Amino acid sequence: MFSSLAMRTITDFSRALAAKQVSAVELATDVLAKATAAKGLNAFLHVDADLTLAEARAADKHIAAGVTSKPLLGVPIAHKDIFVTRGWRSTAGSKMLANYVSPFDATVVERLRAAGTVCVGKLNCDEFAMGSSNENSAFGPVQNPWDTGRIPGGSSGGSAAAVAAGIVPATTGTDTGGSLRQPAAMTGITAIKPTYGRVSRYGMIAFASSLDQGGPMAHTAEDCALVLDAMAGFDERDSTSLDSEKAKVSIWQGFSAQIASKPRPNGEFAGLRIGVPEEFFTEGLSADVSTRVTEAIDTFKKHGATVVDISLPRTALAIPAYYVIAPAEASSNLSRFDGIRFGHRAAHYADLNDMIATSRAEGFGREVQRRILTGTYVLSHGYYDAYYLQAQRVRRLIAQDFQTAFKSCDFIMGPVAPTTAWKIGEKSSDPVAMYLEDIFTLGVSLAGLPGMSVPCGFDHQKLPVGLQIIGNYFEEPAMLAAAHRYQQLTDWHLQIPGGGK
Amino acid sequence: MTWEIVIGIETHVQLATRSKIFSSASTAFGAPPNTQASVVDLALPGTLPVMNKQAVEFAIKFGLAVNDGQTHNIARRSIFARKNYFYPDLPKGYQISQFELPVVTGGFVDIQVGEGDTATTKRINLTRAHLEEDAGKSLHEGLETPGVSGIDLNRAGTPLLEIVSEPEMRSAAEAVAYAKALHGIVTWIGICDGNMQEGSFRCDANVSVRKPGEPLGTRCEIKNVNSFRFLERAINYEVRRQIELIEDGGKVIQQTRLYDADRDETRAMRSKEDAMDYRYFPDPDLLPLAINETQIETTRGLMLRDGVIDVPGSTRQQLIDAYDLSVYDAQLLTQSRAFATCFFAAYNSSGEQAKLCANWINGDLASQLNRDGIELADSPVNGDQLGRLVKRIADGTLSSKMAKEVFGYMWAGEHGGDADAIIEARGLKQVTDTGAIEKIIDDVLAKNEKSVAEFKSGKEKAIQALIGQVMKASQGKANPGQVNELLRKKLAE
Amino acid sequence: MSFDSTTLQRIASLARLDVPADQLASLGAEMSAILVLVDQLQGVDTKGVAPLAHPLSAVSEMALRLRPDEACAEINREANMQNAPMTENGLFLVPRVLD
Repeated sequence: MFSSLAMRTITDFSRALAAKQVSAVELATDVLAKATAAKGLNAFLHVDADLTLAEARAADKHIAAGVTSKPLLGVPIAHKDIFVTRGWRSTAGSKMLANYVSPFDATVVERLRAAGTVCVGKLNCDEFAMGSSNENSAFGPVQNPWDTGRIPGGSSGGSAAAVAAGIVPATTGTDTGGSLRQPAAMTGITAIKPTYGRVSRYGMIAFASSLDQGGPMAHTAEDCALVLDAMAGFDERDSTSLDSEKAKVSIWQGFSAQIASKPRPNGEFAGLRIGVPEEFFTEGLSADVSTRVTEAIDTFKKHGATVVDISLPRTALAIPAYYVIAPAEASSNLSRFDGIRFGHRAAHYADLNDMIATSRAEGFGREVQRRILTGTYVLSHGYYDAYYLQAQRVRRLIAQDFQTAFKSCDFIMGPVAPTTAWKIGEKSSDPVAMYLEDIFTLGVSLAGLPGMSVPCGFDHQKLPVGLQIIGNYFEEPAMLAAAHRYQQLTDWHLQIPGGGK
Repeated sequence: MTWEIVIGIETHVQLATRSKIFSSASTAFGAPPNTQASVVDLALPGTLPVMNKQAVEFAIKFGLAVNDGQTHNIARRSIFARKNYFYPDLPKGYQISQFELPVVTGGFVDIQVGEGDTATTKRINLTRAHLEEDAGKSLHEGLETPGVSGIDLNRAGTPLLEIVSEPEMRSAAEAVAYAKALHGIVTWIGICDGNMQEGSFRCDANVSVRKPGEPLGTRCEIKNVNSFRFLERAINYEVRRQIELIEDGGKVIQQTRLYDADRDETRAMRSKEDAMDYRYFPDPDLLPLAINETQIETTRGLMLRDGVIDVPGSTRQQLIDAYDLSVYDAQLLTQSRAFATCFFAAYNSSGEQAKLCANWINGDLASQLNRDGIELADSPVNGDQLGRLVKRIADGTLSSKMAKEVFGYMWAGEHGGDADAIIEARGLKQVTDTGAIEKIIDDVLAKNEKSVAEFKSGKEKAIQALIGQVMKASQGKANPGQVNELLRKKLAE
Repeated sequence: MSFDSTTLQRIASLARLDVPADQLASLGAEMSAILVLVDQLQGVDTKGVAPLAHPLSAVSEMALRLRPDEACAEINREANMQNAPMTENGLFLVPRVLD
């Protein structure tokens, strides 16, 4: 029987399908079996073989008909359970939505289906995408395939683990303050959070509307380019979706043009200016992470890039600004969960208000409740100016700092997270300690910039380390191309948990 | 010492768009519950708002209409904000509204104070007008399940323009005049169907009382007023309540009160007792609403073309100045575009009888419409037909009493509502032939010697009986003026 | 700024979250720690800086896109209400609403 165990990338899967070595149905069956075998990771929340095989059969029909317009035809993927789907339940990792079935598909889900992918199921995540460890899921934590006693990062922890464990070649995730980049770093895979507005938020269960962005997770930058190309694009159902000329340029075409082989006598990265912010290499950064990230930047330098010292002076301020803005928006976004039209309704209550308050207390986990309370507080009478408006002013300063930096460099590089994956339970008692872990990813989110995580080695415990690449608005094709060329020079992204390549 | 009454009005005007403000669900009224609530209106997880262009154009129209067509009160950049509160008919747990930067700031509405020919104009300034979405409805009757309310979200997301006046009205009558004038404007410029029964035009009144010269008193907001009559009653009740409360040594508490039409009283709303903290903040799902000069000028051009930039205020003035009508008549004729159009049609076919046309439209036609409970648009007698009836009064063919009779036949649809055909067919021509009238008078005088004697002995009233007899003998067709004149002449002989 | 239990109860009531009495203290302590973190904003000089509500407005002011006024939503009431805890004849049911 066919086995996809040795297959990693979309290219691997596509080639096997194109060569008729395997049908989409056979491939889907095999991937479903891998998902079942890896149940211990707790990456998948909802799997439905009938739904998956129906999509696979449709893909086989297209393959038989010689359809060439679908770049991801027959490729198995899975969605973070933040994206609503018609068939699979959509829970956002919350008890509140434990049995929720959406009557419509998210735009991202529609687009990836239109590109030919076969959905294998829905992936675990922190409740409403709030968290950095995936321990806030109502359906239990996700294990890191590199060390099952450790967290995979969050909030897109299930998406990261499913790729890292080799179950599917690519998954979707979302990033509000680092939720694509940080789990990618902690599980040794590649992910990109695009420019705010590139990927439609329609059908993404909202956490913080001005920060949320969907994006792909995969082993390679090339696969990320393929999947992001299919996910991104103007959507009239999302008022913040971009329809500018810059946004209309195809990510895949831009990426392909950038990687097209041409003689580079002065090195692969000649002419590329990399800004390294001093604030990303301070005492909180673990030595292993610092070393690996520096080595990665040195690789770019060795192949012709110029390294520039830059400053992002408000890096640390991104934490309080983010933890005002994101909870403020979340407190309002989560008000629709009142137990009336959908979602959990308490069994016992005194009256209408008590029904709502009890249902919400029972349906939301502790971290979600903390953020709702924080957000309600910072928006409440007498505090709005001091917290919310002040945070939005700091947000502008942070965005301006990035623009100043991009005057002297093309990309900014540094660590994704201060440490590698920690043990499950190690930090869950101290919410603020967890918030501080987001220091290097929050600024990018506040500014709406694209940011990537690219595998760049391991710490002394063989836990993956991620290199963060930050580009200016709409620079995704160039960022993906730079990461791709880095991945031609290294093999960190091809390492497999449990040893071997 | 007397009390001064201070009233400000907040009006929720349902904009006459086809689809909702942030979703493409229909706004049609009366559909089965939740069949016109889309996934966006139900706030299902993952849904997002997308703004309706027409609602913005309607807001621009309103801004132009309440500012003599000037554009400076229309915000070039306004912000949608979330007003956060929990209520079962508010699906998102917040209402998308405008707070700090509304789409219209300022403007005014002129109202007529007093009645008849002594009426004067008073200007009521507007604070602002902003765009927002309507909520759904809670239903408490007709449910099988005990102890519950039903939620219908068909209305959720219907576009509203909330228009806030300055607290410049000083009586319930002024408040009603303002509400009627505003109703006239929004229906005139075609942004609202004006149907108060269906909730398309809803007024909340902020009422307080004070001694003249003192600072503003504590106000109460009266909600749930769905007719002009109830608005007047509710305010009058509330004013009495507040004055009695203060005179008894009590204090007015700022609260929201509901008008109960059956009991003709206001009472405090239980659900609104908590001090509300709405936690307004800019809606991150919606970028700032930009309105540029081209959009405003295009809208203005369309309004000029359609004659709607000619708002009630200026048409009213035209009726007073050029048609020599009273302020009172002019106000009634500009209560809606339909009335104004009817007047101009009648004026043209009547041989330019402005005052007579105004009397007929504001009098017989309006009361007949009222009796039958129909709108002017559905009237069986149109302006042109009414004008041709008026023409026959003006030329003496009909007495006003006979004209009323003809109007009755027109209303019933006789001869296609053609006055001349009815006059001809029913022989309703007024008798103006002096000889014929004199002959009748001679007859009557011969038969009523007692009345003649009384009149001659100085009893002026006695002539009325004689006139009555003459009219009766002519079967009502004699011209009453002529009868009077000829009779006096004969009696003086 | 500490999050005393009065504040916590007021905020929880605004947010319609029932906080059991035995959790007031621990939740209050967590909220106080979060407030210490976000209070770092207070010292920042932001005089003359306009608040940034939408990230892309950092580069150039973005404007709202408008939708043509067409009533075209497909509404499948049954599908839309399939997750409702309690319904009757196409209505969502809630404990009786006062006023």
